[in-house]
Amino acid sequence: MDYNWDWGVFFRSTGIGDEIYLDWFIAGLGWTLAVALVGWIIALLLGSLLGVLRTLPNRWLSGLATAYVELFRNVPLLVQLFLWYFLVPDFLPEPLELWFKQDLSPATSAYLSVVVCLGLFTAARVCEQVRTGIQALPGGQTAAALALGLRTGQIYRQVLLPQAFRIIIPPLTSEFLNIFKNSSVASLIGLMELLAQTRQTAEFSANLFEAFTLATLIYFTLNMSLMLVMRRIEKKVAVPGLIAGGK
Amino acid sequence: MMDFSAIPASLPVLWEGMQTTLLLLVLGVLGGVVLGTLLAMLRLSHNPLLAGIAATYVNYFRSIPLLLVIIWFYFAVPFVLRAITGEDSPVGAFASCLVAFVMFEAAYFCEIVRAGIQSIPRGQMSAAQALGMTYGQSMRLIILPQAFRKMTPLLLQQSIILFQDTSLVYSVGLMDFLNAARSSGDIIGQPHEFLIFAGLVYFVVSFAASQLVKRLQKRLTV
Repeated sequence: MDYNWDWGVFFRSTGIGDEIYLDWFIAGLGWTLAVALVGWIIALLLGSLLGVLRTLPNRWLSGLATAYVELFRNVPLLVQLFLWYFLVPDFLPEPLELWFKQDLSPATSAYLSVVVCLGLFTAARVCEQVRTGIQALPGGQTAAALALGLRTGQIYRQVLLPQAFRIIIPPLTSEFLNIFKNSSVASLIGLMELLAQTRQTAEFSANLFEAFTLATLIYFTLNMSLMLVMRRIEKKVAVPGLIAGGK
Repeated sequence: MMDFSAIPASLPVLWEGMQTTLLLLVLGVLGGVVLGTLLAMLRLSHNPLLAGIAATYVNYFRSIPLLLVIIWFYFAVPFVLRAITGEDSPVGAFASCLVAFVMFEAAYFCEIVRAGIQSIPRGQMSAAQALGMTYGQSMRLIILPQAFRKMTPLLLQQSIILFQDTSLVYSVGLMDFLNAARSSGDIIGQPHEFLIFAGLVYFVVSFAASQLVKRLQKRLTV
């Protein structure tokens, strides 16, 4: 191929201030982590709540959670992001709308939109995992807890959820990895996360293959290391007596 | 307030975008399933080198964002073609996006096919070989037909996800359904209405398709 590879590009000046291209990648990775981690906290809290609702005998509550899951799973992530970023602010009460549009920096308003969007989007998926985890437990667990005189809240908090979360660590891990990958859509509303920085480097330096290779490596490494960490956690908290739990 | 009255007049433009989306979906699924099946056979082969190559491919594509793959190929496909043919051949965004989807989805389809093949009882293979079939014949005539029957619901589910993911071609300016809706809305001055309409269409199609898959799943249970 008639392409001049030049890996030194990352240490060259960007022409803006005294930054080198590597600084852009580091800043981008920072945004990616900030989006994914905060989004994950929202997804985990809301998703667990919805998952519990879906297993309750009350038809209204479980129906509400089901509707949520169907709505958020059947609309593309990018459409949801556009709705949160372009449309929702117009429907906020006026002081909030002005604050969002005028007081916040463009980066902050894009960040808020993408965090809320990814959090709610991923919550629908987490909900399904939590529901599966709870339903996978033997019915005797609930019966025994009831026989001991525990109330519904106590049964979930002390008996069902601690076991369910330990069972669903593998699927939760892939959702956790997904949120890092999905955070790249933020680049399409102008947040300078990893992918946006990569595109900017490609345009500024004309070394596009190097830029995309580095981005690929960063995503790959991030994924693999998170997976290794989650595997160790999974082993540590495995429920004894199940096939996954070993002895 | 909301005014959806401009949408009927724009339906032809939106339908054109939807055709691009659907074409990308159908070709992407077909290509992805073919490549994914080949990868799955490699992963299951006894040759550790071939199995290793396929596993690396799958892990690689599963750990990077689809959006990155689309942009990578958008830039790389014309470049590679020029290196092969020696001349500047214009490749549209569509071709680049299609290659990206086929390569990316193949990694996901590979895992579905692999699980499908592995769920077939070992005795089926032994019986086929006892009848004097070669490995290729047993795979083609005995194992794969059963495996595909088992994994049809999962393949369809993955296709519904792909239907939604095609909206990401927005990033390279391809006029798919979402992009058609966005630009029509901008031109007419009703971006919100067109965005809501686009979301609604995606929802109705995906929701209906996933309900069908659920029914099919019950019927196909072996």
